[in-house]
Amino acid sequence: MPVKEIFNNPNSRWMDDDGPETGVIISSRVRVARNLKDLPFPHLLDQEKSENVVSTVTPAFQNEETFREDRFEFFRISELSPVERQILVDKHLISPDLLNKLEGKAVVLREDGVVSVMLNEEDHLRIQCLLPGLKLERAWEIVEKVDNGLEKTLDYAYSEKFGYLTACPTNTGTGMRASVMVHLCGLVLTRQLNNMLNAVHKLGLTVRGLYGEGTEALGDLFQISNQITLGQSEGEIIANLNSIARQILAQERSARTVLFKEKKEMIMDRAWRAFGILKNARVMTSEEVMRLISDLRLGVDLGILPAMPLKLLNELMVMTRPAFLTQLAARDMEPHQRDIFRAELVRNGLSGLDGLAG
Amino acid sequence: MLCERCQQRPANVHLTEITNGQKNESNLCEVCAREMHLQGLSFNFLPQMSLQNFLAGLLKHDPGIGQAAHADVAGKSCEKCGLMERQFVKQGLLGCGHCYKSFEERLEPLLRRIHGSSKHSGKVPERAGGPLRQAREIESLKNQLREAIKLEEFERAVEIRDRIRELEKDMKQGGKQPDAGQGNI
Ligand SMILES: [Zn+2]
Ligand SMILES: [Zn+2]
Repeated sequence: MPVKEIFNNPNSRWMDDDGPETGVIISSRVRVARNLKDLPFPHLLDQEKSENVVSTVTPAFQNEETFREDRFEFFRISELSPVERQILVDKHLISPDLLNKLEGKAVVLREDGVVSVMLNEEDHLRIQCLLPGLKLERAWEIVEKVDNGLEKTLDYAYSEKFGYLTACPTNTGTGMRASVMVHLCGLVLTRQLNNMLNAVHKLGLTVRGLYGEGTEALGDLFQISNQITLGQSEGEIIANLNSIARQILAQERSARTVLFKEKKEMIMDRAWRAFGILKNARVMTSEEVMRLISDLRLGVDLGILPAMPLKLLNELMVMTRPAFLTQLAARDMEPHQRDIFRAELVRNGLSGLDGLAG
Repeated sequence: MLCERCQQRPANVHLTEITNGQKNESNLCEVCAREMHLQGLSFNFLPQMSLQNFLAGLLKHDPGIGQAAHADVAGKSCEKCGLMERQFVKQGLLGCGHCYKSFEERLEPLLRRIHGSSKHSGKVPERAGGPLRQAREIESLKNQLREAIKLEEFERAVEIRDRIRELEKDMKQGGKQPDAGQGNI
């Protein structure tokens, strides 16, 4: 798909259902922070100097053979519409922080959304790879290839002692943040979530809601990421998160099995209700859709509901957020109109599926 | 069945709670279930401090780390970017790569506190880490050399020794021995 389609097509590669363990682990992300050696960090740059970062980094994408095979496109954030900016956030291709101040902010996107490089966020470069399912090692391989390609022509701020030098000391060293997006409805329903979260915190990981710091856990979706970036190698960080993600996966699976075995009617009722509402409702808020999609995921995973691609559910989550709705409708809408349009989109999305499996 | 909590709406939601191996079950309406669900979550989502505020707090309240926090202490500044130590304490953000050298004394304990370590052991970039890359390679060759001698593989030992000499010569010509800390800033 042409890169511009990023704003019109709800799909992004991470939403596909061909990754390992997508029933619980929706996506894996690896992001590293890099800075240019001789320039102050972005928060000290005026507009002109932050343009220097952009004009230094963009040729690095053109020179390198690393970037020849794939199509990359450059977007200046200030040249995107507010709706387009928010779509990139909703698709997890940029962080909400990139929109704080627009001067000098930019992003380089690979056409499938697997790789995105933010310019002048908290650091000069933030290189990210986002893949479906549990695929942290592969994501790191892809990030490292892009990183090495860029380093051929860019001089990074690096010290032997402290590693990659970042604006915030919480990123110093590897500059790496690895994370998995997980759907933990089983642990939520069996009220084991707190125990799991406490354990995860003790292991030095952070748990947050879906859209970054401070957001609540919409749709039982959580992001789990490493906190430590110094004193551990990239491989160690990935291996550690990977093994913890596998433990969480096992716990979530056993919670779902228990629910299905012991509370079959309740779980079936819940799943079918969600399906019924999503297929028939005429007015729906974004929160309601997220909550019902969570029940739908569980129902599909347990084989209660007819099989439907998880990809469709992931796309619906992004499509039904206000930014994408506005883009699809090609007009501004009152919240109530949006709720009507949202319900229509969901009905259409699920229209091919019927309830015969029950 | 009516909701156990409000006794008004039908109980559509069945909750199974397992605490210390004890199973508790409850039948709730959707409204109550959501409220309780949110209560449960609020424990995990205590108003999240931003990392920068957190850092600034750490710097201010620890006398060992944040002596310059008081406005009357001038504090150092970074000669490259001009960032004042005060600013760093307030915002939790460094100004440039050189700040790591300018504020090294203050940063070391902070980094140890955040990460449990103040020494990078991850990736060495190909160009920026050139001397370090070579130093690590020489280190690994020296280990191989010891191993070869121990196994009396003298031909291999000679090869390894020559390779080490070559690398050491390269490094001297490059003029840059890796110094104790700051390779590239
Ligand atoms: Zn109730
Ligand atoms: Zn500085």
